[in-house]
Parts: sequence; structure tokens; C-alpha cells
Amino acid sequence: MTVLETRALTAFYGDFQALFGITFALEEGETVAIIGANGAGKSTFLKAIAGLLPRPTAAVRLDGRDIGALPAFEIVKLGVALVPEGRRLFPSLSVEENLQVGAYGRRLDGPWSLAAVYRLFPVLQERRHAPSTTLSGGQQQMVAIGRSLMSNPRILLCDELSLGLAPIVSRDIYAALADIKARGTSVVLVEQDLVHAMSVADRAYCFMEGRVSLAGRPKDLTRDAIHAAYFGL
Amino acid sequence: MLGWIDTLLQGVLLGGLYSLYATGLSVIFGIMRLVNLAHGDLIVLGAFLMLAAAAAGVPIVLALMLVVPLMFLAGYALQSVLLNRALGRNILPPLLITFGLSIIVQNGLLETFSADTRRLHVGALESASLPLGGGIAVGLMPLLGLATAIAVIVLLNAVFYRTALGRAFRATSDDVEIAQLMGIDNKSIYALTMGIALAVCAVAGLFLGARANFDPSIGPARLLYAFEAVIIGGLGSLWGTLAGGIVVGVAQTIGAHINPEWQLLSGHIAFLIVLVIRPRGLFPRAVD
Amino acid sequence: MRSGEIKPTGSSEGGDHGSRYAVTRTTRASTTTLLLAIPVLLLLFALPAFASRALLQELFYVFTMLTLAQLWNLLAGCAGLMSVGQQAFVGIGAYALFALTVIGGLDAVPAIVLAGAVAGFVAVPAALIVFRLRGAYFAIGTWVVAEVCRLVLAQVKQLGGGTGTSLSPDVASSILGLDLVRNLFHVRGSAARDMLTYWLALALALVTFLLVYRLLRSRYGLALSAIGDSDAAAESVGVDVFRTKLLIYVVTAAVTGMAGALIFLQKARISPDAAFSLIDWTAYVIFIVVIGGIGTMEGPIIGVVIFYLLQYYLAALGSWYLILLGVLAILLMLFAPSGVWGVVSSALDVSLFPVRRRLIAPSSITSDKNKRPTPSRKIAESG
Repeated sequence: MTVLETRALTAFYGDFQALFGITFALEEGETVAIIGANGAGKSTFLKAIAGLLPRPTAAVRLDGRDIGALPAFEIVKLGVALVPEGRRLFPSLSVEENLQVGAYGRRLDGPWSLAAVYRLFPVLQERRHAPSTTLSGGQQQMVAIGRSLMSNPRILLCDELSLGLAPIVSRDIYAALADIKARGTSVVLVEQDLVHAMSVADRAYCFMEGRVSLAGRPKDLTRDAIHAAYFGL
Repeated sequence: MLGWIDTLLQGVLLGGLYSLYATGLSVIFGIMRLVNLAHGDLIVLGAFLMLAAAAAGVPIVLALMLVVPLMFLAGYALQSVLLNRALGRNILPPLLITFGLSIIVQNGLLETFSADTRRLHVGALESASLPLGGGIAVGLMPLLGLATAIAVIVLLNAVFYRTALGRAFRATSDDVEIAQLMGIDNKSIYALTMGIALAVCAVAGLFLGARANFDPSIGPARLLYAFEAVIIGGLGSLWGTLAGGIVVGVAQTIGAHINPEWQLLSGHIAFLIVLVIRPRGLFPRAVD
Repeated sequence: MRSGEIKPTGSSEGGDHGSRYAVTRTTRASTTTLLLAIPVLLLLFALPAFASRALLQELFYVFTMLTLAQLWNLLAGCAGLMSVGQQAFVGIGAYALFALTVIGGLDAVPAIVLAGAVAGFVAVPAALIVFRLRGAYFAIGTWVVAEVCRLVLAQVKQLGGGTGTSLSPDVASSILGLDLVRNLFHVRGSAARDMLTYWLALALALVTFLLVYRLLRSRYGLALSAIGDSDAAAESVGVDVFRTKLLIYVVTAAVTGMAGALIFLQKARISPDAAFSLIDWTAYVIFIVVIGGIGTMEGPIIGVVIFYLLQYYLAALGSWYLILLGVLAILLMLFAPSGVWGVVSSALDVSLFPVRRRLIAPSSITSDKNKRPTPSRKIAESG
């Protein structure tokens, strides 16, 4: 069953058009990867779904319902959570407070609570009262993911989880992602790390300059095809 | 020597009053990055509302319990209806709207109450004083003002640091975009913030009116003292604002001690000095 | 009204490589306006010959407010320095004039210029202090500086202290050019002084206009636009943000000081509250600029006319008039933040005193000369 879809989604930053009509679908329980070069519009796409950018009303549908007109804080309550690019933790809040504020918009029942997040990321429990900015990059990413999980989302949008992280740390993050997937959460994953993205995704889209240049199952996509779609050669 | 101790003490008590003026301003700026140019006039409005209640025979404490929620609602409405529409990158719209509001409040009060100076009477408390030994005594009302300033800060900090709503306020202040991703409706946070600020203005109005004569035109000067207290204290810290208020108060009383005509100037000069040597204030927030 | 030419590099072979792109500022409307302005200005200069004293005094008010408005517009609308403390320089200029003439014995006309210099001089340390603040806090910082100036000058007993002083009769009757006017028009001293100050006000307004216009059309104007969008981005392309802002702040302070000197020369009486009045020299000025159209050359002109009419017909309402102005300011910010001229110029797409450069493509590329690409128009409106 399609839980999330976009139809001819466009997005602008002022006068600059970043997305030129994206058609996309996410099935329940699926993990979909979005790959592409810098500036291709991947983060913009997630922001548009999450409601941080204005978009046409009918361009985004959740469970068949148009949500384009809803503001971001309403969309979280419907079960769509975005883990933003670059972590963007709240500097004035401790680790635990960052996690707690993630539950502010919680409207749905689900498996995630403070205790559950600490089980997923035990190191956070040790540093729960530390200011969030004193954590390492990998730990901050864990807080960011945990924070988004606290609203018990059905759909998790992840923007560049491995950005700026050492490979060994990324591996831990992706291990946690497997756990999240196992609970039935549908995931949309924006990644520049092709290896990780393709290894966890059921399907993948490639964006280039604001358009979808390639779509399919990872095993069906040849390296040359991805290359061409990624760079536009 | 005794004269100087007394001056210092009076300065601290005056600082408590200025801190009460400044707390609302500090909260608004911390959360919304907004400066309300009508802030001083709204404190004066609070004083006049209490005056009206007192004239109707309502005892002071009851009047406070009526005016504070009333001003809270007024602040909530002000933000929801007017200022939420004007917030954005450009600072001119909110500046001009609150400036217009300042003019409206001042002149509205002028039309309603005339330019005569007034005083809020709080009965026996007015002239009561607490002897501290050594021939020094402090007025009970100013002492109560300082105590109230501290109590307000303790209360607000309790909200900000111990409640879920407080976390929402702080998150909005840090990063309004990501706060929305947490399910926080920033417009309603802003409205609550303005409501809180005006409620504190109401309390400040009580102490303004009880301390000295007041009339519709004294608002802008209060805004300046409040603003100076916030800047000296450092943005983002309510205790810093208290410290800032005390710095301004002490500067003023010291100046007045030397020459009564120099009271206001001393406060402004202290502000400018702090601005030059510590532009971020004495206790700024670690991140900004 | 110059236009620059940009020739594409490379050899001109084939098709349209040989044709030229042109950068221009002139529009048909701007040329028309220039032609119309000349007779209007001539009329205004000739006015004292046949106008009543009352009219000259009203126009004096209009011209001086126009000068202040243009300067505030440059500072806040173009450089993004939202000051609510310009009354500091009005007051400093005014007090400098009184000090130079009454105490220093200098003639009033050169004293006006010197008073401007004094105001500009004071603006330097003031800027170094207030530039530490940003945004709305910068605004209040400028207000504090103005308050300090007021309180300091109220301590100067030689200039009347807190209650102020009047211009002595011998100063008032010995202004440069006064005798000339008296004899030429066969009028008494005070009427001659009204004429003289009228001309000075008109000249100051005109000079200010030309100064601002030239500034905005120079590379400083481009720098200001860049700063208005982003300090950091402007720095990165080589704009010295601090120096540019300082220059604008000091220049506007100096000319504001000259206006202040002239205003209080005409009043012939000064007091700290009047010279440093927030309402008269900032609130009204901001209202004028905003209702006219902030950030444009045309805005202050339209604004001062509208304001004058409002003042003329409604000032008698006292506090209600001020409440009305406050309500108008709020409605303006909510529904028409670009002012009357902003609404008119975007509806009609016209610019009488153009500052922006437009690229005109060779006609071989754009077949339709009247078509203006939407993105560049939007960019032109920004900042």
C-alpha cells in the first residue's frame, strides 16, 4: 500500500526553482534511497514533504490524503518525521531534552520512548545530561535520529545520515537503521554514500538538477546507468 | 561612607524594579528576536489599569489578579493578530508596528486619563520601611519589588527548564525551523511569549505606579532602561537581565548621589561603557 | 544618465556576435520627469517674490522634513541601518549653530555648514559604539545615544541648560545675504529672514536629493544593495562593509545636522526637548518615508506631501491625530509595506528616478522589445 507519494512536486527558494516536478511513491514498510550529486534537490525534496517549503496542495499525499497545505508541525503529528541534514540539534538543550522535545508533537502510539531510544543508542544514556553540542558527530547523529523517533513516526525521512562521519561510525548508524526498519517504519533515505544507500534500500531514485533521472531496484540498476543518471553524462 | 552604602542599596532596589521592566523584553527577544518598542508604554498601561481598578474600589491584590491575566490575553492577541504576520527577515515591519502601537497606547492613555500625574496607593506598604541597622533603612515596597523580580525570574526559569512547554520555548529560540519538525507551532509559542511578557508588564506596572508618580508619557524612558538592562546582562539569560538591571540602577543612584541632574545620564553612560568593553553583555548565552 | 556597453569577448563572426549589449538606467519616465522637474524647480525658487510669508514657512517645513526623510531613507532603506536616533544629529547641529553664532560670533550661513561638520564628527564615535549592535537593538542603541546627547546638552548652561535659549537679535539680523534680500524685495528683517531660510531649505533639499541620487547610482549604491542582502556575501566580493556603513552613517549625520541647524535658525529658539524630540525628528520622518515608499528616491517626496496634507487637515485633533498616524503605520506595515510609491511603481512598472541598471539585449535576440523577463524584474525589486 502506498503510504506516501508525490505528484509533479515543485519547490522554490525565492525565485530559484529547485524541483521541477517529482513523481515519487513509497510503499508501507519500504526503504527507498534517493541519491544524486550536490544541489540535485534531494534535501529540498525531503523538506518539501516535511512541510518546511511551500508546495502545491495536491503535490504530496499521505495515505491518499493531500497534505501539501499543511504546516510542518501538523505533518509531524501525522507520523512523518524528518531527520534534518547536518543534525541540527538544539544547542540550548541537553541530549535528553533534545530527545524529549521530539515527543512534543507525538500523537500516535508506538514503540519509541526515551527508554527505547536509549536501548538503541546506549552511549546516549551515559551522556544524557550533557549539552548536545559536546557530543561527537556520530553521537549527535544518534540524538538527531532518536529525536525524530520520539514522535513515533510511521515514515522516517533521513537526510544524509553519514554526512561528515567516519565509515566506522556510519556503520553503527546504519545498524540502528536496520532496527528501525525491523519495526515496520517506512524510510526515505537521502544519501551521498552509494554503498550504504544501495545496501539497505528496496528501491532507489536518482535525482539530477531537480528531476528524477533514474528509478528502480538496486539490483536492477547497473553501475553505468547510475553513473549516467548521477552525473548527467 | 554610610551615604555610599545607602546609595548602593537604593541602586540595587532600583535595579530590581528595572529588572522587572526588562524581564518581559528579555523573554520576547530571546524567543522571537523581536523588540517591542511599546514595551514601556505597556508597563504604564498596566499601572493605569490597576489605577482604574483601584478607583472602582477593587483592593490592590485583587486588581493584580485581574490585570495580569487581562494583559496576558492582550499580549496573546497582539501577537496572534498583528505581530505574527509581520515577523520575517526584515526588521522594519515589527519595529514600526510596535512603534505605532507605542504612539497609540500613549495617546490613548492621554485621552482616557489625561496628562495628570497619578499614583497607585498601596496603603501602609507605601511608607513602611525595614531598618537594617547602622541607621540604614530600606523601603518595604522597593524591597518587595526586588523580591518580586527574583520570584518572576525563578518562576519563568522553572517553566523554561522543567516543563515540556519550556523545552518548546527554548527549542523555538534555538532553531525555529527544526522546532517545527518537532511538532511545535511557532506562532502559538510566540503568542504565549508575548502574553507572558505583557503579564510581567502588568506586575511591573504595579511597582511603577506605587513607587512614584506616573503619567502616560513616561513609557519610552522605561523601555530604554529595560533595554539597557537586557543588553548589559547579556541576551538569553534572565538572571543576567537582573544583573543588568542592578548595574543600571546602581549607576543611576551613584550618579544622582554626585549630582541629582546626572541620574539618567549615568545610567546611559554605564550602558555605553558596557557596550564598548563587553558587547555581548556580562552573562551572554554560550551560543548565539 | 550614462549607459555602459558590454562587448562580448571573442571575434565577431557570424550572426549576432557583432551587436552590443547595453546597460542603462534611463527610462522614458525618468526623462519626462527630468524635463518636468526643471520648470517646477524654477517656480519654487521664484516663489518668495510673490508668495505669502505663511506659505514660505509651510514650505520651509516641507523642505526640511523632505531633507530629513531622504537622509533617513538612505540610512535605513538603502543601507539597512534602521536608526531611531537621528534626532541626535538634528539636535547637535542645532546646538552647534547656536553655539557658533551666539557664543562664537560666526555668521549663521557658514555656521550651518560647520554645524553639519560637528554632527558628522560626533557620528564617528557614536557609530563605533552602536555598530556593535544589530537589527532592532541597533535601533534602540541609536536612541540611547540621542538621549545622552540631550541630557549632556541640557547641562550646558551657556546654551540655556534644560530650558533652552533664543537666538539673539543681532545674530538673527546679521545673517549673510539678509541685507541683499531686504533691499531687493523691500521687506523688513523678519520677512527677509523667512525668504532667506526658505531658499536655504530648498537648496538643502535639492542638494540632499542630488547627493543621495549620485550615491545610489555610484558603486557605493551597488555596495549598499549587496550589504542589504547579506553582509557576509558582500564582504566576500570585496565590499568593505564596515567602511561603507560608517561612511553612510557619518554623511547622513552631517547633512541631518545641517538640516537641524537650519530648522532651529528659523525657529530662532532652542531647547533640549525640542532639538532632540523623538516625535518630530524621527517618528514623523519614519512615517513620511514609509508611507511614501522606503528604499526609493520617489518615496520621500510623495511621503512628505501626504504627511503635510495629513498634518494640515488633522493635526488639530491632537492625540487622536497621533493615534491615527499610529494606526496608519500599522496598517501600512501589514498591507502595503512598500508604501504608496511601492504600490504604484510595481503596478505601473515605472521608475521616475531610476537607480537600478537594466540590461538591454540586442534587438536581434529579443524580438519583443517591450518584454521584460520576470526574474530580473523581481531581482530589481528586491533590496
